Amino acid sequence: MTERSATSNYSRRDALRMVAIGGAAGIFAPNLLGKPALARTSPAKPTGRVIVGLGQEPTVFNPLMAHIEVDDGVHFSVFDALFRIDPQGVIQPNLALEVPSQKNGGISEDGLKWRIRLRDDVRWHDGKPFSAEDVKFTLELITNPNFRSWRTSGHSLVRDITVVSPTEISWRMEEAFAPYLSFLTETFIVPKHILEKEANPNNAAFNQAPVGTGAFKWGKRVAGDHLELVANTEYFGEGPHIERLVFKYIPDLTVLYTQFKSGDIDLVGQPYITPDHYGEAKKLPNRVVTLVPRASFESFYLNLERPQFKEHAVREALYAAIDKEAIIQGLYYGVPTPTETFMPRQSFYFNAGLPLHQFNLNRARKILDEAGWAPGAGGIRTKNGVRLSFTNSTTSGDPLREQVQQFLQQTFAQLGVEMKISNLPAAVMWGEFWMQSQFDSVIVGSSYLIGADPDVTNRLHSRSIGAKGGRGSNNAQYANPEVDALLDKGARTFDPEARRAIYSRVQELVRRDLPFLPLYQSNAVEGLKKGINGFVPNGNTRTESWNALAWYWAS
Amino acid sequence: MSGFLLNRLSQSIVLLVIVSIIGFTVLNLMPGGPLAQFGLDPGMTQKDVERLAAQLGLNRPLWLQYLDWASRLIRGDWGHSFRDGSAVLSVIGRHLLATLLLMGTSTVLAIAAGTWIGIRGATHRYSLFDYCATVGAMVALSVPTFWFGLIGIYIFTLKLGWVPAGNMYTIGDGSVLDYLHHLILPSLVLSLVHVAIWSRYMRTATLDALSQDFVKTARAKGVSERRILLKHVVGNALLPMITLAGMQLPSVLTGALVTETVFTWPGMGRLFLDSLGYSDYPMVMGLLIFSAILVVLGNLIADIVIATVDPRIRLG
Repeated sequence: MTERSATSNYSRRDALRMVAIGGAAGIFAPNLLGKPALARTSPAKPTGRVIVGLGQEPTVFNPLMAHIEVDDGVHFSVFDALFRIDPQGVIQPNLALEVPSQKNGGISEDGLKWRIRLRDDVRWHDGKPFSAEDVKFTLELITNPNFRSWRTSGHSLVRDITVVSPTEISWRMEEAFAPYLSFLTETFIVPKHILEKEANPNNAAFNQAPVGTGAFKWGKRVAGDHLELVANTEYFGEGPHIERLVFKYIPDLTVLYTQFKSGDIDLVGQPYITPDHYGEAKKLPNRVVTLVPRASFESFYLNLERPQFKEHAVREALYAAIDKEAIIQGLYYGVPTPTETFMPRQSFYFNAGLPLHQFNLNRARKILDEAGWAPGAGGIRTKNGVRLSFTNSTTSGDPLREQVQQFLQQTFAQLGVEMKISNLPAAVMWGEFWMQSQFDSVIVGSSYLIGADPDVTNRLHSRSIGAKGGRGSNNAQYANPEVDALLDKGARTFDPEARRAIYSRVQELVRRDLPFLPLYQSNAVEGLKKGINGFVPNGNTRTESWNALAWYWAS
Repeated sequence: MSGFLLNRLSQSIVLLVIVSIIGFTVLNLMPGGPLAQFGLDPGMTQKDVERLAAQLGLNRPLWLQYLDWASRLIRGDWGHSFRDGSAVLSVIGRHLLATLLLMGTSTVLAIAAGTWIGIRGATHRYSLFDYCATVGAMVALSVPTFWFGLIGIYIFTLKLGWVPAGNMYTIGDGSVLDYLHHLILPSLVLSLVHVAIWSRYMRTATLDALSQDFVKTARAKGVSERRILLKHVVGNALLPMITLAGMQLPSVLTGALVTETVFTWPGMGRLFLDSLGYSDYPMVMGLLIFSAILVVLGNLIADIVIATVDPRIRLG
């Protein structure tokens, strides 16, 4: 297998070109990858089996119900969505014939009316034909108040869904909402003819044995152990090339890695190989181990309503006092990549021109001195009665994060800043303590993007502050009217180039204001057996198994 | 006998009710809950979380939730898992078989080996064998199971390639031989601890029996040591072991958490840990009641067996 590098090979110009021809290409080459080389060397009939090892067990098989990342791997294989997002961040058609846009008229000029044309050659696994009725049913089920659905934002804006014909559907949006296109790449379509018969879709038999349109059909599941999917030979797209896809649950991460070494599993899925094994894993014979950028990033997250953090000078000084290189190399074995922003670097909207962080304790001291923070009692800097002392929390039981905390504690102490460590178990940490901004500071690793869309209103808009009655996760309580305006505009703008300018500016402002101190972007250590071709990592999805239909064993 | 059983039954019911109330309260008081797993999901708003909580009935008063759960349990409905929606009883059943296989094998091995080592240690007190057995037992009890399991995998799977790295069977296979192949290492690792425990108890019980008057009498009568051992000592030494075995029954069926995690064995112990981690309330309560029932049953069976075997004991 040609080893693809972790970062995108495409320049900005190439990406733009792809967006422009995406519409036309979508009709003639619906295969998401569009790599003719694949078609020549992959087997004619699906053969072989790939075993993916997962550290958490997939348990939710109805893709519309609330689920976590590991469930995505199964959904991507068993179901299809209207669109898919490729590794370059470009949205491609899947069940739809083309991606609607204001240019091709699929989306009206005011962004409110959507019209999508669908393929006519798609069948459900039970043989029944797929149609626009299924899309309508899916969208309506998501907003059904009695259904335990996953994310409803975006879907709750959809009105008057009309089945124009079996291959055409249209609806009206309450407000122009550009991210909805990305949301639809994670909205898998479920069969109306099966689920409409259920009195209570929450308890449907379908949830234990799903029927989709995807490249793999449901095989069987041994609860607590593994589940097996079999190739759908009638799949409308290219693939699948393997006959059986198995997801195996291995709760212990050391054992997960051991089974990868011994060959009991073919591919390491979430949560991948831990950084401490990266050095050894790279050298394993007959294995291909690469670093793949994920969408989540780690940051030193601040509660801006705390008096210590209100001043920008303090935040800037703290940022200058973080030795990122030491943390990444010394504690994380060089696996993650330093970052200045919440936007993952594989995103189309990544701003590569942000000022680079410099570790400089003297400069940090100077900033605090000039801002009037003088050393007070115990050597801790004080100003107007406020001491530069705060607690930092994260999930307890994470040895690497704990070491980071201790390292930062020591460094900050040299600055005259007191940081106390108070960790909590995950269930407590990310409950009200987090959602209602009850913390001083937190070390958190998370993604800001929903479905790879750059709209970060949920995290950075002033109306998303939970502690102030808002409906979002802006737990830093960051409020910048310029950012608010940009986010509002970005959510209503459909043109990718225009959006890129908007979100570049947002990243600039956030980098300047430092509501959180960005540490690094996570890289997953993905490993697979030599001989598995067609595996392509995609940091714009949440799973490594997003394109299992393209995998095949080299003969 | 029937009076005794009736008495036991009423006691057991009271016990189960108390256990379920305590368990239910503690479980719900734990911070977090089944929706905590979505805490960092950027697409899940507070509104979504509240909606899901309402749909799962989690915003009702605690006593109402308890009564709802208890009334269903009495009617045989143990509830459905919050995670995959399957019936709690069927999930327990599936994992139970896996646990029985592992724990059953290791317990049989442990009892067989432990009994032999204990008796031999007692009859050859302070011999080299006895010292080795004592030291061995201490080591086996001190070594953490997960470490032992990982070392076992390292040596026997990675270096020697004799046994598989875990799981109950090879996917695609599933023959009896395959199951046995996978059973070797985990059951040996698990039985090690139980051999240690069992042999120590057996040694003490045997020494106890050996010091009894009837042994002196038998020796005086000229009965051979071997006959004394087999006919008189072992039987009496095993009496306290029956009680011990009765207390072991719950753990045989609730599994060994650490071994199951290290060897990726889909058993009850791991099911319990996973369910707890995700705050899958129906499953955790189901497992709690299940093990409470086992404790009651285990003690009951042990009491009946002892009364049957030992004419000196009267039930009730």
